[in-house]
Amino acid sequence: MELPTPAFGAVFDLSHEAHYVHWHFFQMSVANVVVIVLMIAVFAAAILVPFPKRGRVE
Amino acid sequence: MWTTLVRERAVSSLPPEKLLPDRQPSYVSSWIYVFGVATIAALIVVVISGMILGLGGPTWWHTTSLGRFFNGIHLWGVEIFFFAMVVHLWGKFFMGAWRGGRGRTWVTGATTFLIAIGAAFTGYLSQQNFDSQWIASEGKDGLNSVGIGAFFNVANFGQMYTFHVILLPVAVMALVVWHVLLVRRHGVVPPYPAKSSLGPGPASPPGEGSAP
Repeated sequence: MELPTPAFGAVFDLSHEAHYVHWHFFQMSVANVVVIVLMIAVFAAAILVPFPKRGRVE
Repeated sequence: MWTTLVRERAVSSLPPEKLLPDRQPSYVSSWIYVFGVATIAALIVVVISGMILGLGGPTWWHTTSLGRFFNGIHLWGVEIFFFAMVVHLWGKFFMGAWRGGRGRTWVTGATTFLIAIGAAFTGYLSQQNFDSQWIASEGKDGLNSVGIGAFFNVANFGQMYTFHVILLPVAVMALVVWHVLLVRRHGVVPPYPAKSSLGPGPASPPGEGSAP
């Protein structure tokens, strides 16, 4: 069956092999490592970034 | 009558102002408290997109533009669900959110996490493509090694799909409802007491959620 082509290409080239981080038994794709680093960064930001104060005090 | 008993018990443990509060403690004004509701929002997107995928079936979600779009929404919804849930977990762990009689809140949350992993795994098995075939053959080795391979057969698409679309989502949603009701009942845990020259503060703050 002829599949319709996407209107735009993927942001990242999805055709090449994935890259992996390999250390002893531990193996994880670079993408997965990036996601975990991002989660840690978001966690730190959630704690450190000030929350907008409202006029009314509870 | 049993209905009176159930109603009175429900209203006494969760009166309307606790079930649907209109104010929150001042210490909740922090971005870390956003991730619980973000997890629920992602879960709603995942459930609705999953229902739409179920209506269309594997051929639809692999071969049509709309089907592949909803397939993507479902996948990325799950990614955001786990992202938000794990950040929520980290926040709750480091603020000791089980304190003050909130043990069940913690346990329902942790159990939801574990069951959601199972739901995600059965979802990966249900793709009906070569990826899912590979995951099934690799998963079979792992599950056989712990003795449950005969009961949870990853090569049985019907079983895996049923776990994925009804059994595990119902369990996740029931636990999430229970988890939120417990948070409403016991309140958001206050922060750890600040160190003072007068000596150590209370280890377990009261269950009502008011600031010490």
